[in-house]
Amino acid sequence: MTEARVAEAKPAAPAAVRRSSHRRRLVVALQVAVLALVLGTWELCARTGIVDPFFFGKPSGIVQQIREWMAEGTSLGPLWVQVLVTLEETLLGFGIGALLGVVFGVALGRNRLLADVFDIYVKIANSIPRVVLGSIFVVALGLGMPSKVALGVVMVFFVVFGNAFQGVREADRNLIANARLLGASPRQVTWSVIMPSALGWILASLHVSFGFALVGAVVGEFLGARQGIGLLIATAQGAFNANGVFAAMFILAVVALAAESLITLAENRLLKWRPNQGPETGF
Amino acid sequence: MAEGAPSIELRRATRSFTTPTGARLTAIRDVDLTVRAGEFCAVVGPTGCGKSTTLSLISGLAPPSSGEVFVLGKPVIGVDRRVGFVFQNDALFPWRSVLDNVAAGPIFRGMPQKEALKRAADWVRRVGLSRFERHHPHQLSGGMRKRVALAQTMINEPSILLMDEPFSALDVQTRVLMQDELLQLWSTARASVVFVTHDLEEAIALADRVVVMTAGPATVKSTYAIDLPRPRVTSEIRFEPRFVELSRLIWNDLREEVMVSHRRAAGAAA
Repeated sequence: MTEARVAEAKPAAPAAVRRSSHRRRLVVALQVAVLALVLGTWELCARTGIVDPFFFGKPSGIVQQIREWMAEGTSLGPLWVQVLVTLEETLLGFGIGALLGVVFGVALGRNRLLADVFDIYVKIANSIPRVVLGSIFVVALGLGMPSKVALGVVMVFFVVFGNAFQGVREADRNLIANARLLGASPRQVTWSVIMPSALGWILASLHVSFGFALVGAVVGEFLGARQGIGLLIATAQGAFNANGVFAAMFILAVVALAAESLITLAENRLLKWRPNQGPETGF
Repeated sequence: MAEGAPSIELRRATRSFTTPTGARLTAIRDVDLTVRAGEFCAVVGPTGCGKSTTLSLISGLAPPSSGEVFVLGKPVIGVDRRVGFVFQNDALFPWRSVLDNVAAGPIFRGMPQKEALKRAADWVRRVGLSRFERHHPHQLSGGMRKRVALAQTMINEPSILLMDEPFSALDVQTRVLMQDELLQLWSTARASVVFVTHDLEEAIALADRVVVMTAGPATVKSTYAIDLPRPRVTSEIRFEPRFVELSRLIWNDLREEVMVSHRRAAGAAA
């Protein structure tokens, strides 16, 4: 048989393995060097008075602030409670928003009439700066969790909706025709052709929208809350504590990065069938 | 083979549609075509003349603008379960393994998963891909993907098999192998086949009858019975004197249409 040449991954030659691991180490070393340079310059400038640490903080002060929060708790209570509150708001907003986005995106993507009717409203709603809705939510839903979740949902919904809709529209006509000819009902076409095709688009939108859910939660807390990292930032701001603002920011960044890596993990798992794209060495 | 009702019948079938620019385009006009039960019918014509449109009418993917289309004695309304379709380009589900791709049809039609997978495994074996059951389509060569597509269609045991230039993307050697494999599958299944191709030799090597279509809007120009004996070996039949004779005869007919289509393309480009 002439076509028995299947891409069964051959183990790479030892030299190539060595080269790629060498490169990886070099990249990590350079990354650490960049970080050290930036933080070092910042610290140096703050200490020599080139920038005023009162306004711009300094790395050692930020570290100390985080340590203090961890050891003695914040003015709002233990640090982990604040992180947990914000995380819960974010996850709820993200989950509900993403689910609604997928459901509506697929429904409108599959139904021409619905899409034509709602097209104009989606455009209008999408052009409104939705963060402003936070004020309404805080007034209507109170200082507790629901107002933050609602803001997160609104922020996440449109991103996921847009991508799910596009993903459905971009599904290969050939595949849909093939499924129909093989005997698939419209529902089966949706589940076994449309959804898997749109999955790549939907997962891509989840990366962005988790950040949006976090923004929703934090902004909601800014506008009025009893607990959470957003309130912690607002409190630090009120006390002219620049280190406190940066410390809270750093904590948010850690949360966002952890979530990002979880989403990437899920993505790799769900899209295993995809051919590897591009060379492994990046760029 | 039972004579009687034809399995496919097109009567003055016309299909026209509006292009995105607003122009009215007629893909096929007044096509009359009859395919007997168990007959292998090849349709040749210049590239882009509307051969594929003919297949979409038979499959029920598209309705005729005027005229009538009958499949197994009944007018076509929507997709018919007894019709199988092999596409020109890959239409395998890239997220499913070979086995799951082949099992798709029976599962769509309500067969229990376990039974469907068992039958699929049998079909994967029949097209010689047992070792690759767990592979995904992107891990296979073009010829192997085509085999999966054949198994995916044949597992539904269609009474009518429509093929839209199925082997045109393959290299020459693989194509010949696939042609033989197709003839073998067809000889056991005995479905009526409409095989669209722009390759005249392929048409003659495979078919009982070759239908020549005109340059678009396509209509049936002429029909030739291919009286070469079966079973055929497509790689060797090309050297038979009768094959050469038929090729020359049909090519004379086809050439005019190819020239017309070519002149038009050149005119459009200029």
